[in-house]
Amino acid sequence: MVTPDLSVNIAGMHFKNPVTTASGTFGYGDEFLDFMDLGRLGGIFVKAVTGKNRDGNGYPRMAETASGMLNSVGLQNKGVDHFCHEIYPRIRDFNTHIIVNVSGSTIEEYVAVAERINELEKIPAIELNISCPNVKYGGMAFGTIPSMATEVTAEVRKVYKKVLMVKLSPNVTSITDLAKAAVDGGADVITLINTLLGMAIDAERRRPILSTITGGLSGPAIKPVALRMVWQVHKAVSVPIIGLGGIMNATDAIEFILAGASAIQVGTANFVDPVASVKIAEGIEAYMKRHKIEAMTSLIGALRTE
Amino acid sequence: MHFTKQVQDLRVISYSRLNPRHFVLELLAPDPLPVILPGQFAQVLVEDSPSTFLRRPFSIHAVDVAKNTFRLLIQIKGEGTRHLSRLHVGDSLNVLYPLGNTFTLPTTKEVLLVGGGCGVAPLLILAQFLNQNKVHPTILVGFRTKEEVSEIEEYAKYGKVLITTDDGSEGEKGLVVDHSIFNRESLEFKKIYCCGPDAMMKAVAKIARLHRVDCEVSLENTMACGFGVCLCCITPTDKGNERVCVEGPVFNINRLKW
Repeated sequence: MVTPDLSVNIAGMHFKNPVTTASGTFGYGDEFLDFMDLGRLGGIFVKAVTGKNRDGNGYPRMAETASGMLNSVGLQNKGVDHFCHEIYPRIRDFNTHIIVNVSGSTIEEYVAVAERINELEKIPAIELNISCPNVKYGGMAFGTIPSMATEVTAEVRKVYKKVLMVKLSPNVTSITDLAKAAVDGGADVITLINTLLGMAIDAERRRPILSTITGGLSGPAIKPVALRMVWQVHKAVSVPIIGLGGIMNATDAIEFILAGASAIQVGTANFVDPVASVKIAEGIEAYMKRHKIEAMTSLIGALRTE
Repeated sequence: MHFTKQVQDLRVISYSRLNPRHFVLELLAPDPLPVILPGQFAQVLVEDSPSTFLRRPFSIHAVDVAKNTFRLLIQIKGEGTRHLSRLHVGDSLNVLYPLGNTFTLPTTKEVLLVGGGCGVAPLLILAQFLNQNKVHPTILVGFRTKEEVSEIEEYAKYGKVLITTDDGSEGEKGLVVDHSIFNRESLEFKKIYCCGPDAMMKAVAKIARLHRVDCEVSLENTMACGFGVCLCCITPTDKGNERVCVEGPVFNINRLKW
């Protein structure tokens, strides 16, 4: 048979394969040059960028859990100026799509950051992060109230001319309401899910483990929740979906694609195995050969439910 | 394509149990070892252990270039390390290495290494490295009891060894900072390298400051990735929140908010 075609078109962007990496788990990509060829990925979602420098939360920021981990990093980054001047020049020529995760505490901050990123020639898309559970103001609030999700997306849409992706929080009653709200605001693509709000306690010391008491749960523990939400959103909206949540291997990735994701993000798995994303791309190809599937796109939403 | 950091399956070629809480694994690499510098660490995958998800970071304890091996000194603390303690010679271990920065070379010959508990781990490779640079350090190591005193002959290859035990069953009684070398008007050392529990390193840093002696410490924080992307292992420094896994684990005490 012919070599399987792993490529996919998402909102006009051509991805060589559906494997991308999740924001906050892949730095700015260059940390991975020590391990792999970034050109083997469909794209990379770089660390969240905010308007100004953020020191992030205090230590401890991480707690290991059964099949996963909690984090409360709190969007530590040096702000959009630093990104444009210091980071962008060193990553702009990577042989893969570089997508910037845009975060903020106010609509004005989201708009200001998006406007700056819009000027960067080699950044074809942004991912609006309306779902971070680890910042005190904004962040997740925009992702839990549908009218606010529509408003922030619409305001960013006015200034951002390229592909606009919106990343949703799972910490809501109805994920489809939020997805529809983001699409109403002008989202070209929906990314889901961000971390689930959780907590860890040290019983011996009778204290919370995280400095912020609560944090975001990620890893294989959240995969069933993520799959369910991708499936629900796939049925509810017509824009493409990028799915993530506990993907550790190619089988997990295929499950997300079958549930309706056009592409996937590898997140926490990068911490355990820095070359997990490349192995997943190889594994998807092997799956397609084994099942004699010529185009990866024929698997999107191809879950058999009859 | 060749990459500077490795994710490799290494073979356990020796296992020594030092005492009920500590053991040493010697690991053989399939390819020639990359350059490993003192202070660097390895992230070890704990396989087939359902309750551990992330890798476990350990300081590299010693390197044998001729044998193409390196050693890890591990203290049994939780489920992950307990699982590793059940490894056997011949077993394979998936390791990500070498990670982190290194101790800097001293500009003096009057060098003191101070370690407590499993914090002694990076001091052996550091002592090896200092010897290669014609420095013969004094090595002060602290243990709980005589039963835990171990590998003294290893350290003695590279310098003069001083011992403390909490209960006085060997060497001087007390913590490392209680040792008589610190109980003098002036300190005979111009550079201190230290690794151990936080409280111990802070106490050593205080002594170093008092005598205006340059001091480097190797920090241990909980880590997810170990190579700079998760931003979980941060420590506050003069440059803001820095990553212990990349900007560290070795920091000069002048840069820390201690």
